[in-house]
Amino acid sequence: MSRIVIQEDRCKGCLLCTTVCPTQIIAQSDRFNQSGYKVAEVPAEDMEKCTGCTSCALICPDLAIKVYRTPKKKKGDE
Amino acid sequence: MSEQLVFDRPQSVIDRPTHYCPGCHHGVAHRLVGELLDELGVAEDAILVASIGCSVFLYNYLNVDAVEAPHGRAPAVATGVKAARKDKFVFTYQGDGDLASIGMAEVLHAANRGENIAVVFVNNTVYGMTGGQMAPTTLIGQRTTTCPSGRCLEHEGAPIRMTEIIAGLGGATFAARASLNNVKNIRQAKKYLRKAFQCQIEKKGFGFVELLSACPTNWKLNPVDANERIKTEMIPYFPLGVFKDALDEGGAC
Amino acid sequence: MSKQPERIFVKGNEAVVRGALAARCKCFFGYPITPQNEIPELMSSEMPKSGGEFVQAESEVAAANMLLGAGACGIRAMTSSSSPGISLKQEAISYMAGSNTPAVIVNMNRGGPGLGDIGPAQGDYYQSTRGGGHGDYRLLVLAPATGQEAYDLTIKSFDLAYKYRNPVMILGDAILGQMKEAITPWQPEGIDDEAGRDWALSGAKDREKRLIKSLYLEEGALAGQNKNLQKKYEDMQSYVEYEEFETEDAELVVCAYGSIGRIAKSAVRNLRKQGHKVGLFRPITLYPFPSDALLALAKQGKKFLTIEHNLGQMVDDVRLAIRTVADSDFAPIYPGNLPIPEDIEGPVLEWLEGK
Repeated sequence: MSRIVIQEDRCKGCLLCTTVCPTQIIAQSDRFNQSGYKVAEVPAEDMEKCTGCTSCALICPDLAIKVYRTPKKKKGDE
Repeated sequence: MSEQLVFDRPQSVIDRPTHYCPGCHHGVAHRLVGELLDELGVAEDAILVASIGCSVFLYNYLNVDAVEAPHGRAPAVATGVKAARKDKFVFTYQGDGDLASIGMAEVLHAANRGENIAVVFVNNTVYGMTGGQMAPTTLIGQRTTTCPSGRCLEHEGAPIRMTEIIAGLGGATFAARASLNNVKNIRQAKKYLRKAFQCQIEKKGFGFVELLSACPTNWKLNPVDANERIKTEMIPYFPLGVFKDALDEGGAC
Repeated sequence: MSKQPERIFVKGNEAVVRGALAARCKCFFGYPITPQNEIPELMSSEMPKSGGEFVQAESEVAAANMLLGAGACGIRAMTSSSSPGISLKQEAISYMAGSNTPAVIVNMNRGGPGLGDIGPAQGDYYQSTRGGGHGDYRLLVLAPATGQEAYDLTIKSFDLAYKYRNPVMILGDAILGQMKEAITPWQPEGIDDEAGRDWALSGAKDREKRLIKSLYLEEGALAGQNKNLQKKYEDMQSYVEYEEFETEDAELVVCAYGSIGRIAKSAVRNLRKQGHKVGLFRPITLYPFPSDALLALAKQGKKFLTIEHNLGQMVDDVRLAIRTVADSDFAPIYPGNLPIPEDIEGPVLEWLEGK
């Protein structure tokens, strides 16, 4: 599975990430960060839908998103 | 198998918040530049020539040596840097007010001399730092603080297509225009930047990449709508693509 | 018997180039303007021979900004121009002063204002000694009067630029630039090509990144930078050069600099022959100004007449220097006229008759 980590103190709430997610799991949260921006989030229940495509990270102007991917086990692997 | 970190901050980009407005594309352009400095292995040899505008503080975000140029003069300063340190990787990063207006002479002549430098040109059609005044790239009909009823062809002339002009100069080696409005275009932008940087690394001359970018604050649009404007208004006037590529011919000279 | 030192017969402009090459100047950025064209012309052929770089810029604006770039890299670099072109260089000169960037700028002063003419003048004294561009800064300003001094002071200008991390201006004029005379070249010892090792840009390899800038937005930062500059300008005050000629028993001291100082020397010689007790004080550094030496003369009760090839600029500095005990009269030579010793003898005699 894959997942993203949004560094909330860097997020400026521009929501560009929400427009590029193929599974549309990123949304605006109800939280404001210290700078007063309403940050983006992936609700915990949706995170498993993340494909690790990195689109959100590529479009994020603030380098606020890290992407983790766990390679799937290929056939023949233990 | 264990989890892998597949997207993170490039080493050359310093881990600190930027001063840019939400949705401003400078952050994307900074990241692409930082990634390429790392991937091409030139970060330790890099000398950035910063220009005047919002992006002057790029030197606070990139972990490289830097000198601050007066408004529009970055290509001239870069010419001096390169003359002094021929073995270093020298690049400018300039906005449209800086490059296409006050700095028109400097960028054209640096390109035409075939200076072995790279120029990253961020075009967002306004003077951002000073409050959204009309730029040489402001589109016809676009409202700014100095053309409040919209840019008028009869009064202010037509927006300048810089990449086409640079491509028309004998000395330039690579000139391309990309956009930072969606993932596909961002990937393409990085490819163009890589080529422009490669020009210098291979000592083949002047590399130029224009990046169509959003300035949501001065466009008075939210970031998502600003990105949409790039697609519907900017790209039709500023077509994307490679306008000159003499890299494989051994440079322009 | 030792070998006679080599003598060469050159224009002042060439003397400047020879001096710069002896000082191991490695970058030159030029743009054509009369009466300094021999400098970029000769540099274009000489610079590559010594492994340096010559660039003919698209404008004086660009040339000065190229100088900023090379100076930021800690490389000995130079530009030259004449009055209208020097006005265009002021932008980058201000940035260099504000970012502690060493560089050498040569001004072969011509007549002004505006396009003026291509003859000699000293109308750029204020511009040179008061900074010239925006903001509060100073250049070191050296004013050679002869071809030999042009050579010597050009060599010195690079050392001073790096000693103080500040732009240095060589202020000559069309007479100096265009007149041919014999000079004796010499090779300075102990040039430190790596004088910028602790601050210059060279790529952030195995060290922290470096930044050459003049923008200071953080609270208190610009005040701090201006205070540092003030300290630097105070330190510079210890570096003054001047020539005194026949001042010991002089009743009247003529103050003049550069080519006019040299012509005034001839005038003083002629007037001495006629029995007039006159002398010459010729500042060689215009900034810092040799105020203490002038004041010492003033305290001996001498009178002063400043003569310049302008409407009266250096006379302000003369008056400031001696203000507690004396004053200076002033006689102009109008820009557009090519002066001869009689042009100086005339006002001096008038002054002597009227005293």
